[in-house]
Amino acid sequence: MNLIAKPSKENIKTYLPIGIVLVILSFLDVFINAFFNYNLLGFFPNQISYFSPLILGFIGFYLIRIEFSGVRFLDILNKNINSNNFNAFLTLLTVFIIIKSIPPLLNWFVLDANFLGNSKDDCTGDGACWVFIKVWFNRFMYGLYPDAEQWRINTAFLILFVIVGISFFVSSRLKKYFILFLVFIYPFLGIELISGGSFGLKYVETAAWGGLSLTFIISAFAILFCFPIGVFLALGRRSSLPAIRYVSIGFIELWRGVPLITVLFMSAVMFPMFLPDGTFIDKLIRVLIAITLFEAAYMAEVVRGGLQALPKGQYEAARSLGMGYWKMNLLIILPQALKLVIPGIANTLLALVKDTPLIFVVGLMELAGMIGLAKTNPKWLGMAMEGYVFAGLVFWVICYAMSRYSQNLEKKLSTER
Amino acid sequence: MGKIIELKKVNKWFDKFQVLKDIDLEVASQEKIVICGPSGSGKSTLIRCINRLEEHQEGNIIVDGTELAENTKNIEKIRAEVGMVFQQFNLFPHLSILDNCTLAPIWVKKLPKKEAEEVAMRNLTRVQIDDQALKFPGQLSGGQQQRAAIARALCMEPKIMLFDEPTSALDPEMIKEVLDVMVDLAKGGMTMIVVTHEMGFAKEVADYMIFMDEGKIVERAKTKEFFENPKSERTKLFLSQIL
Repeated sequence: MNLIAKPSKENIKTYLPIGIVLVILSFLDVFINAFFNYNLLGFFPNQISYFSPLILGFIGFYLIRIEFSGVRFLDILNKNINSNNFNAFLTLLTVFIIIKSIPPLLNWFVLDANFLGNSKDDCTGDGACWVFIKVWFNRFMYGLYPDAEQWRINTAFLILFVIVGISFFVSSRLKKYFILFLVFIYPFLGIELISGGSFGLKYVETAAWGGLSLTFIISAFAILFCFPIGVFLALGRRSSLPAIRYVSIGFIELWRGVPLITVLFMSAVMFPMFLPDGTFIDKLIRVLIAITLFEAAYMAEVVRGGLQALPKGQYEAARSLGMGYWKMNLLIILPQALKLVIPGIANTLLALVKDTPLIFVVGLMELAGMIGLAKTNPKWLGMAMEGYVFAGLVFWVICYAMSRYSQNLEKKLSTER
Repeated sequence: MGKIIELKKVNKWFDKFQVLKDIDLEVASQEKIVICGPSGSGKSTLIRCINRLEEHQEGNIIVDGTELAENTKNIEKIRAEVGMVFQQFNLFPHLSILDNCTLAPIWVKKLPKKEAEEVAMRNLTRVQIDDQALKFPGQLSGGQQQRAAIARALCMEPKIMLFDEPTSALDPEMIKEVLDVMVDLAKGGMTMIVVTHEMGFAKEVADYMIFMDEGKIVERAKTKEFFENPKSERTKLFLSQIL
């Protein structure tokens, strides 16, 4: 008989409690160490003490690795995180790292952070100085837009949210009109409201626009325009007419081959030099066109991937029913191809949103740009960390929302069983 | 009965390889023709030329009085009159069976939606899958999908139906349900050109048999004569292998 029998159903009564105690002990040790800075197993020699939770946990996991124990929870646990020695080791390491990293993060974000006050001097703790975000919040949202006029931006976005909100609850027939309004009328209405100059609204030049609202405006317009342009380019690249095909290929390869930052710089600085005297195109519009065309080239390749994935039979079936090129593509090919590449489209659009900070090269400042400006303010030096963490969180929320939406769309449109 | 399809000296190449050699063929209205032959003999290419899914390089193809040429407008008009059923069904997977059937009538023939749906339901009933109308193609069996594809083609109310090996991708027990629909269609007086290896079906409905080999029409004969007294040696050999 072995001295230490392999854990099995026979010795479950002794092994299971010992194993559980060891695992709990190891977690507890790391936990107390991390949160209260007290070494529970300090009586061991130094080196062993350092690794003791790992060793204890490892033995514990070994003891509870009982096949077909009949205890449901234990079986699930063993199958998923404790299937062999290596996985048990990885599990322990992951849990330890998570436990270990909670206290410092918690301290920086909340416990040692300062929330109250109006100036840098109010930040006395070691943690984050959220006062910075609070004081500058208005600027981070609206840029240099005049305070008295900010209600216009709020109204524009409020209208958007209300319309989108309502459109989720109306019948599919009405929904069509809502979408048409959102795509074709609302963008220009919103811009009119924010830009002003008519209807008794004070004109606000685009150089004053900024902050998160500018991030949204640029992203929304670029997404709105780059998508159809990308689809046309994708179709063009597969066209049987050589002129259209080569123009599409040339366009796509040109824009894909140039870094966005160069494109933006050229659109803002070099492009006006080629314009005849007296003509003037707003800087924001030039930048928007540049981003749109740049992302359209990427979009085109994503869509082309979907087009190529469709079997030839779909084209033949559509043609055999008497459909011409446009009917075939709009009714049969694109609905299927676009559905296939939703993940790729979401990818491109997420990249687009995250590319918007690059417009700082032409002097426009959206969220990240405003933070960059604020952190160089002499009264607020040394606030880069807070600012960029804040920007990161905001961007993450936006992008995660987009990602979830694309996943829902994918599920909703799936017709396969 | 007038000629509805006429092929004169049709030649076609895929690069340097000649797939159709001097094809002459006349089909009268309401005639049923079955084309058979070994694989690679050009029979699929031949019927795909009739609705110009493939382009021929030499000769003339005249369908219902219109010559098929570069002019696209004509071709779409012809295709609307010529129904086609494919080996791989080629239903549109993103649309329900009903929408598969109404799409072309609504967008190509400009039929009002309601009328198109009536036509669709009538044809789906005819192929006995009216109870599946709201399902998606992926939820149907192969036989049901092929019958739906036939209904979809019928919804355009075509004058001619082309079948490109309609039962070759089906499980054996599903072949019969598709053939039954085709027999029913033939008895209804449709002009049909069928590429198939189902000789039982051919004997039952075909007016003429065509045997093709290496891009040429080797033999064209009345069905009875074709099976009982084939003239060419190549035909005899082929028949002895598949019967």
